[in-house]
Amino acid sequence: MAPTNARPPAMRRARPALHWIAVHTTAVAAALFFVLPFVFVLLTSVMSDAQAMSGELWPHEWHWSNYTEVFHTPGFLTWWRNSLLYAGLGTLLTVCSSVPVAYALAKFRFRGRRPAMMLVVATMMLPPQVIVIPMYLVWAQQLHLSGSLWPLIVPLAFGDAYAIFLLRQFLLTIPREYLESAKVDGCGELRTLLRIVVPMAKPGIAAVALFQFFFCWNDYFGPQIYAAQNPGAWTLSYGLESFKSAHGVNWNLTMAATLLVMAPVVLVFFFAQKTFVEGVTLTGVKG
Amino acid sequence: MATPPATRPAPELRRRHTRERLRTLGFLSPWLIGFTVFFGYPLLATVYFSFMHYNQIQAPSFVGLRNWTYVLDRMPLFGPALWNTLWLVVVMVSLRVVFGLGIGLLVTRIKTGAGFFRTAFYLPYLAPPVTATVAFVFLLNPGTGPVNEALGALGIPAPNWFNDPDWAKPSLVLLSLWGIGDLMVIFMAALLDVPREQYEAAELDGAGVLARFRYVTWPAITPIVMFAVVTGVVQTMQYYTQALVAGKLASGVSIGPGSVIQPGYPDGSTLTVPQLVYSLGFQNFDTGAACVLSLVLFAIAMAVTSLLMRRSTGLLSAED
Repeated sequence: MAPTNARPPAMRRARPALHWIAVHTTAVAAALFFVLPFVFVLLTSVMSDAQAMSGELWPHEWHWSNYTEVFHTPGFLTWWRNSLLYAGLGTLLTVCSSVPVAYALAKFRFRGRRPAMMLVVATMMLPPQVIVIPMYLVWAQQLHLSGSLWPLIVPLAFGDAYAIFLLRQFLLTIPREYLESAKVDGCGELRTLLRIVVPMAKPGIAAVALFQFFFCWNDYFGPQIYAAQNPGAWTLSYGLESFKSAHGVNWNLTMAATLLVMAPVVLVFFFAQKTFVEGVTLTGVKG
Repeated sequence: MATPPATRPAPELRRRHTRERLRTLGFLSPWLIGFTVFFGYPLLATVYFSFMHYNQIQAPSFVGLRNWTYVLDRMPLFGPALWNTLWLVVVMVSLRVVFGLGIGLLVTRIKTGAGFFRTAFYLPYLAPPVTATVAFVFLLNPGTGPVNEALGALGIPAPNWFNDPDWAKPSLVLLSLWGIGDLMVIFMAALLDVPREQYEAAELDGAGVLARFRYVTWPAITPIVMFAVVTGVVQTMQYYTQALVAGKLASGVSIGPGSVIQPGYPDGSTLTVPQLVYSLGFQNFDTGAACVLSLVLFAIAMAVTSLLMRRSTGLLSAED
């Protein structure tokens, strides 16, 4: 449709409508691409064993009992507990240890602040595989803690580069005047941090906590290194793969388990949607 | 603390400085310890082991540059792993940026049901990588997978996806496009930040859709595109979980997560550098070679990071 200057009035009105149709047709097509995988996974997860082996798309009967069967799979509840422990405790430790560091990097004036910040960013960018071998040797041979999740949880008590970076970005936006007036009122730095900074930084802290929770929940590499020998220490993300083999060629139970591992993350997202999207924006746009 | 007197004796000033320095150290201490113990030490130890022969049973023995020449010159899997990683970095990152920008543009134009579409486009990004991979291996499985069933019904020749060396990496790219939510949000925010007046001014000047994108949108979002490219490169160099799980599941010989199989099924086409580090260090117990490869990965990662620090200046310049 070539735009001409002498366009008849009817066409002028038609253009927004055509634009609307074009945009929303594309949107529906894109939505199918993003949503259909979930739909197929859900449909397969309620099929009978026999039907799951066929190529049929719609379940003849809806076997919701597949989900209870997943819970009865040996290990599943243990992995659930381990995932919660790793993600819950890991998040708590990360936030507690990273907030003071981020505060110092954002608000204190000291020599070496810039190099310190660059080291934080460098650590953040580092592939975890680079340093894993010596770390594994220490945990396994010196401390005899392989076969557990502690080698993954303990380091989080000493700050996480990504959390420090995001929190610092957020704390930079707090005006210095608030901190100075607190000091005039006789607050020490620690009290200023706890009474003034933390309440003001709640959205940033919430976003960082969510990211860390998701990171731990999704982590595959960490449990593979440290927990592989001991199925009692596996997490859901790590154990999920074994469903396919434990249940032979049947995809139905594997798909049910897949949805059950996704569920907590999706639930958390719906409760904290705003925080989360703000957090993702924080990583990129305000950087 | 009371207001300081105009002239202060030197010792008190010095004491104050010491106190401030101690305070700073106190606040930074978690990270200072963490950085030294969980980053500094293992990095030095990786360098040390790269010159050692060490099978994790007998004591390490010095072998000079043997590990280095072995990995860089003779190790059969090094070339393919590096090639696959580079392939993924180039193809996956560029397609993700283009697709993410497209979805971002689309989302900013949706008038009806914007909330629904935004959530639908975003949700797959939240799926844990392992679950998304398991789901895609199922969806794309050549035997009974819904995608190939649908393609068959339409009479379109269906590829073998994760089971075909030529299609395995493109399948991983498809999986990464499904989880485009992070880029969508970033691009959406950037696009909404472009001042409306600029579009209106350009339209008055007779600029068409393409010209408006080229001269108004693009200059405004270039920094975000750069950011997406560089962080994408960093992430893709670490690409591990999806490739590993897809290869293991598609190979069909998986006997659970502890199983030891040659990584990179089919035909080494999904073997990435991080997987090779794992395979060397934890399956072959060739600590020296694994550490050499770690350092190669480290060098590339640092090169990209320094580029990031120079190009997207916003990352560090936001000092107050």
